[in-house]
Amino acid sequence: MIHQYKLGGYNIVLDVCSGALHVVDDLSYDIIAGLDEIYSHQEKLNRGNDGKSGGMIDIETLSERVLYDMQKKYAGTKMGDPSEIRECYEQIMALKEQGKLFTRDEYEPMAGELKARTSGVVKALCLHIAHTCNLNCSYCFASQGKYHGERAVMSYEVGKRALDFLVENSGTRRNLEVDFFGGEPLMNFQVVKDLVAYARSIEKEKGKNFRFTLTTNGVLVDDDVIEFANRECHNVVLSLDGRKEVHDRYRVDYAGNGSWEKIVPKFQKFVEARGGKNYYMRGTFTHANPDFLEDIKVMLDLGFTELSMEPVVCGEDDPARLTEEDLPIVLEQYEKLAELMIQRDKEGKPFTFYHYMIDLKGGPCIYKRISGCGSGTEYMAVTPWGDLYPCHQFVGEEKFLLGNIYKGVKNKKVQDDFMACNVYAREECRNCWARLYCSGGCAANAYHATGSVRGVYKYGCELFKKRIECALMVAIHREFAE
Amino acid sequence: MEHIKTVETRNLCESAKKGGCGECQTSCQSACKTSCGIANQKCESEKK
Repeated sequence: MIHQYKLGGYNIVLDVCSGALHVVDDLSYDIIAGLDEIYSHQEKLNRGNDGKSGGMIDIETLSERVLYDMQKKYAGTKMGDPSEIRECYEQIMALKEQGKLFTRDEYEPMAGELKARTSGVVKALCLHIAHTCNLNCSYCFASQGKYHGERAVMSYEVGKRALDFLVENSGTRRNLEVDFFGGEPLMNFQVVKDLVAYARSIEKEKGKNFRFTLTTNGVLVDDDVIEFANRECHNVVLSLDGRKEVHDRYRVDYAGNGSWEKIVPKFQKFVEARGGKNYYMRGTFTHANPDFLEDIKVMLDLGFTELSMEPVVCGEDDPARLTEEDLPIVLEQYEKLAELMIQRDKEGKPFTFYHYMIDLKGGPCIYKRISGCGSGTEYMAVTPWGDLYPCHQFVGEEKFLLGNIYKGVKNKKVQDDFMACNVYAREECRNCWARLYCSGGCAANAYHATGSVRGVYKYGCELFKKRIECALMVAIHREFAE
Repeated sequence: MEHIKTVETRNLCESAKKGGCGECQTSCQSACKTSCGIANQKCESEKK
């Protein structure tokens, strides 16, 4: 399978299964499109009869037909010369021989392998340090941090047991990820500090390396928080929606006052003191600002360069929800964002957009790409009282309760459902060119859109595919600009 | 003439031979928390 598209002045061809990426001229682009139709048809026939004899098409004759069509299409130009067309065809065939074009998907038997191999191994926990928040953002998927339940904070004892649970269940895995999440985790900052101290006290003896991430709305950030986070946290995620009026529309305190003025100077100080360590300014965009590029520009003007901007996750009746009418606007914004990145590169002022980070030479292996996101198996969320859920987005959905940190996972049926989530679990994904970049997508998005963790959140897929197209284009540009 | 330029990428078919150590991050940590993307993740295998 291939995916071809035109963006940023490039004709781009992605060989989906090998990951090979090509920039081609118009003639190659058209020949590849013609050949892809032939090979795809053959593959469908193969699938239909288990690849056994019968159902074969005459690939050679059909390929010649494609080349003949090119002569007509490009007649009167240099590209229409039969010898040029033949040469181009030979270059395409050479790539096919090298396994860099029209590569077949032979990964399906491996889909469950990584999860089976690491079955029972937990490598990351999202600790819900506080189910309460000092902001009252109506678009919050966690219902103002309460996750549809009572306000609560995690005690040191519960947190300590959660860390022990992680170590006990992490097998030979060395790197363990722990997110301090909420609600607002800084409303329970002493416990965060104490848990980090505990983890540091055991990691050497246990042969582990804890990596902590703190997600905060910034209200309680002070020198103490900055010093601690910059010393101990591998990453910090700082919530800022961009323009003041956009941010203050939703991110208000309980008196209804916007938080932008209060948090921006704190975040600037925080990031400056971080001295190059990982951080993300994380914004949410909604129906109120599908033109989110303006918010990205504000973040850049404020001096932030590591950016993430996420589509809102909310209920169907929520006025913040992105609509079908917003979709073309959002897709265009992603393209313009890619253009902005290239422009800023040229100006020597590069920035990072989380979803456009793509490591073409050293990204994830195929096992990772086909095995799903890991929620409910290697990643779980822990409530303030120690219950385990498949991820933070399922907390409060009682039917997804997996167990607790004292007795472990008891609800094997739910865990098996998550275990079975992979690229090949959904027919739509099986035939999607982007499947090795999203790994089958977000189970929570799927559940909220369709009622099943194995459903498909189509709106999210549209956004995702556009992001990957843009990410690949920016990567190509950077490659050739070097 | 050269009709195609190929960008250097990790060969996913080859990655099947040594991959699958599981040391990499889970997929929606870091920054998004509300969607799944693995393209932006790093391979953390020591024998890559």
